[in-house]
Amino acid sequence: MTLSQAALAEIRYGYGFRPDRKPAPGPNALLAGLAKPDPYLTETDIPSFAERIAYREVQTEANKARSKQAANAKELLKNARGVREKIIVQDFRALFSQPVLAWVPFRERLMAFWADHFTVSMRVNRDTVLMMDYLQNAIRPHVAGRFGDMLEAVVTHPAMLIYLGQANSIGPGSVAGKRRGVGLNENLAREVLELHTLGVSASYSQADVREFAELLTGFTFDKDGFRFRQRFAEPGAETVLGKSYGGEAADLAAVKAALRDLSLREETARHLATKLIVHFIGGEPVPEHVDAIAEAYLSSEGDLMATYRAFLDHPEAWVPELRKAKQPFDYIVSSLRAVGLKKKHFREFKLREYRRFFIQPLINMGQPLMQPNGPDGWSEDPADWITPAGLTARIHWGNALAQRHAKSSDPRKFLKEALRDASSDDLRLAVSRAETKHEGIAITLASPDFNRR
Amino acid sequence: MKHLEMNRRTLLRNALFLGCSAAANPLITPMTFAATPWDNRLVVIVLRGAMDGLDVVQPYGDSNLAGWRPNLIAGEAAGASDLDGFFSLHSGLEGLKPMWKSGELAFAHAVSTPYRDKRSHFDGQDLLENGGNSPDGGLTPGKDGWLNRVLSLVPGTTTETALAVGRDQPLILEGAARTASWSPESDLDLSPQAELLLNSIYRNDPLFAEANTLALSLSESRDAPEGMTAQKAARAEALAEFAAERLNLESRIAAFSIGGWDSHVRQPQVIRRALGELQTALLTLKAGLGANWNKTVVVCMTEFGRTVRENGNRGTDHGTGGAMVMAGGALRGGKVHGQWPGLAAADLYRERDLMPTDDVRRYAAWAMRDLFSLEKGDLERTVFPGVDLGTDPRLLA
Repeated sequence: MTLSQAALAEIRYGYGFRPDRKPAPGPNALLAGLAKPDPYLTETDIPSFAERIAYREVQTEANKARSKQAANAKELLKNARGVREKIIVQDFRALFSQPVLAWVPFRERLMAFWADHFTVSMRVNRDTVLMMDYLQNAIRPHVAGRFGDMLEAVVTHPAMLIYLGQANSIGPGSVAGKRRGVGLNENLAREVLELHTLGVSASYSQADVREFAELLTGFTFDKDGFRFRQRFAEPGAETVLGKSYGGEAADLAAVKAALRDLSLREETARHLATKLIVHFIGGEPVPEHVDAIAEAYLSSEGDLMATYRAFLDHPEAWVPELRKAKQPFDYIVSSLRAVGLKKKHFREFKLREYRRFFIQPLINMGQPLMQPNGPDGWSEDPADWITPAGLTARIHWGNALAQRHAKSSDPRKFLKEALRDASSDDLRLAVSRAETKHEGIAITLASPDFNRR
Repeated sequence: MKHLEMNRRTLLRNALFLGCSAAANPLITPMTFAATPWDNRLVVIVLRGAMDGLDVVQPYGDSNLAGWRPNLIAGEAAGASDLDGFFSLHSGLEGLKPMWKSGELAFAHAVSTPYRDKRSHFDGQDLLENGGNSPDGGLTPGKDGWLNRVLSLVPGTTTETALAVGRDQPLILEGAARTASWSPESDLDLSPQAELLLNSIYRNDPLFAEANTLALSLSESRDAPEGMTAQKAARAEALAEFAAERLNLESRIAAFSIGGWDSHVRQPQVIRRALGELQTALLTLKAGLGANWNKTVVVCMTEFGRTVRENGNRGTDHGTGGAMVMAGGALRGGKVHGQWPGLAAADLYRERDLMPTDDVRRYAAWAMRDLFSLEKGDLERTVFPGVDLGTDPRLLA
C-alpha cells in the first residue's frame, strides 16, 4: 500500500482524519492553513497568569501551615486543592480539545513540536499550573512566526525560569551576589546552547556557557510575569561565541541581542532542520533536505513559515514509508478526532473524566502528561512507544473508546473515516472479520495503520 | 453471599453511568435513574460472534454429526451430558444441569433470524437486535431495537423500566423510548477472535508484532493496567449481578452482551471460555433475583450459527441455523424446542449450514406475550414485523 500525499498530509503532519473536517491535501494547503490567524490565540478560555500566581500563593500558605502543623492546615490544603482543580480542569479542556477540534491540525502538531523542543517538565503542583500559560503565551503566538521571538518568549517565561532554576541564578558580581555570596546557575544557559539553539555537536566551550549564564542573570518573575532585576544581574560585558554583549551596567537589551544572534547561527538552523525531520519523518535525515531547510531558515532570518515551506517542498517530506509511531498523546488525540468528539463533550468532562480517560491512560502508555524525564523532551524512537506495556495500554484504551462509540457507528464506516485510503488489506480484512462492531473499531484503533505516521 | 455483597459495593463505587440518548458523549454522559408497569422480568443476552449451536446443544442422536466434526464434538467422552436422548449439553454448561432438571432451562434448535447468506457479524447482530424481517440485513425504518419498541406498547414505562448493562450499548434497546444504561468499569477485555485479528494486522510490522507477542507472553490473558479490567467471568458476574439488582427494584427488562463466540480457530478453548461466562451470568441472575427468579425469563440469542463441517483450524466458520438458550423460574423448561432438519448433506442450508426451521424471534415473541400480556398482533407488526407467531410453543409454566 502506498499512501497518497493527501493521506500523508493528514496523518504525518496532522492528527489524522476527522470526519467533519476538510483535510489539507498537500504542502500548499498545510501552509495556507498555517498562514491564517490562529483562533486558539483569542478563543481559548483558560485562567489568567494572575489567577495562577494567586493559586501558588494559596498553596504556599497551606504548605507552610502543614509544616508548622497548624490547626487550620487541613482546611487550607483542601482549599488550595479546590483552587488548583478549578484551574487544571480548564487547562486540560484546552490542552486536549485544541488538537482534537482543530481545523488546522498542522499548527497543533507544531505546537507540540516546539513545546517539546523547549521542554519544561515539572512535578510540583505549585509549578505545573504555569504550564498551560507557557504553551499558550510563549509558544503558540510564534509557531508560524520567527524562531528568535519564540526563543525570547520561552527563556523569559516563568515556567522555564522555574524549571531550569534561572530565577535563582545570581550574578556573582551583582549587588545581591556580593552581599549574599551566592552565584550562578548555568542550567538554562547550557540548555539554550545545547538543546534550544546550536545543538550539542556545535563548537562552543564551557567559557561560552559561563559567560552566557552571566548574561542571563537577573531573570525572575512576579505576579505580572517576567521581570529583570538589575540588582541580581552580573554587571559588565560578556563574551559569547566571540561576540561581546552589554556594557558597564547589565541590561535586558544585551540579552535579547545575544538570543537573536544565537537564533540566526548556521548551527542553530541545521539543528532545527534536523529536529524537524526526525520528529515528522524519522529515519536518518537526508543531507540535502537538512541543507534546504537550513538555507531557507537563514535566508529568511529565522522565519518559520519559510522554513516549513522548504521542509514540505522537499520530496523527502513525502516518502511513503511510515517510520514514526504516534506518541501516546497524539494517539489519544487521533482516536478522538476519528470518533469526532465535539466541543460540548469536552465541556461535560469534569476532572474525574480527564483523569480517567486522558491522564491515567497517558501514564499507562508511557507518556505522563507534560512530564518527560529531562529537558531533551520525549523520545523520537517508535521502539520507545510501541512496547509490550505501551501497546497493551493503547489496545485497552482504544477498546474502551470503541465500546462506547460502536453504538453510533459501524466499523466499516469507521475504518473509512479514520483512515480513508490509508488502510492496508490486512486491516480491512481483519475489521470485516471482527465478531462485534466495537471490536472492529478497536482493531482499527490498535492497528499499525492507525498508530504509524 | 458476603463475598458477593463486597463485590457489588466495589462495583457500584466504580460504576460508570452511561447515557440515554443516541448523540451521547462517546466517553461519558451523566444519567439519572427514575419506576413500573409489570411484575414479570425479561433478560435478553445477546451472544455476539455467532455461537455454535451444534457444539452447545449437541445433536448426538443424529448419526451424521460425528462425520462432519471429527475433532470437535466429543460427546459424553468430553463430558457432555444427555438432555433428552437426542441432544446433549456441552460440559461448559454443566453447572446449569440442575436448572434443566428443575425445568428452568430450555433451548430452541435450528433457529435463526431472517438474515441469510452474507454472514456478516455486524449486519447479523443489527438485524437480530432490530428484529426486522429482511434477509439481506436491512433494518426497519426506525432503525431501532425491538426491546425498545416493546416499551411503546405498554403504558406507564419509565427510563428505569428497561436497562442496558455493559459498555457496548446495544441496538436492541435503542429507540424512541428512554432507557437506562450502566456499565461496570471492568468491561474491557478483547475476545479471542479479536486477539487473532490483532496478530494478523501486526504480522507485517515487526515493531508491533514483537511488542504484541511479548505482551501476550507476559500474561496469559492480556491483563489491562491495574484497575482497568477483571477476568471475563468476573465481568459476566458483574453484569448479571447488577442487572438482577435493578430487576429487583424498578427495572423489568434488562439486556447485555456476552461476546467471544467467533470460534474460527481452536473452538474447544474459545467456546469453553464463552460458555463459562454464559453459565456464570445465568447462575448469578438466578442467585441475585431470589424470589423474583420465578417471574423471570432469560433469552439468549446469537446472530447466526456456524458451519456444520469443522474447518482446518479446529474451528467452524459463519453459518446460518443455530441454537437459542432460555432460562428462568417462569419457564416451563427441560425441553429442546424446534423441528430438527437433519444433518445429511442434502438437509443442509446451502450445503454447509444447519437448515433453520424456525424463527428465533418467534420464541422471544411468545415469551413476551406470556410475560407481559402483549397482543399477538402487536408482536407481529410492531415488535417483530413480518414474523408469524404460529403455534404456541408454551414456553412458560
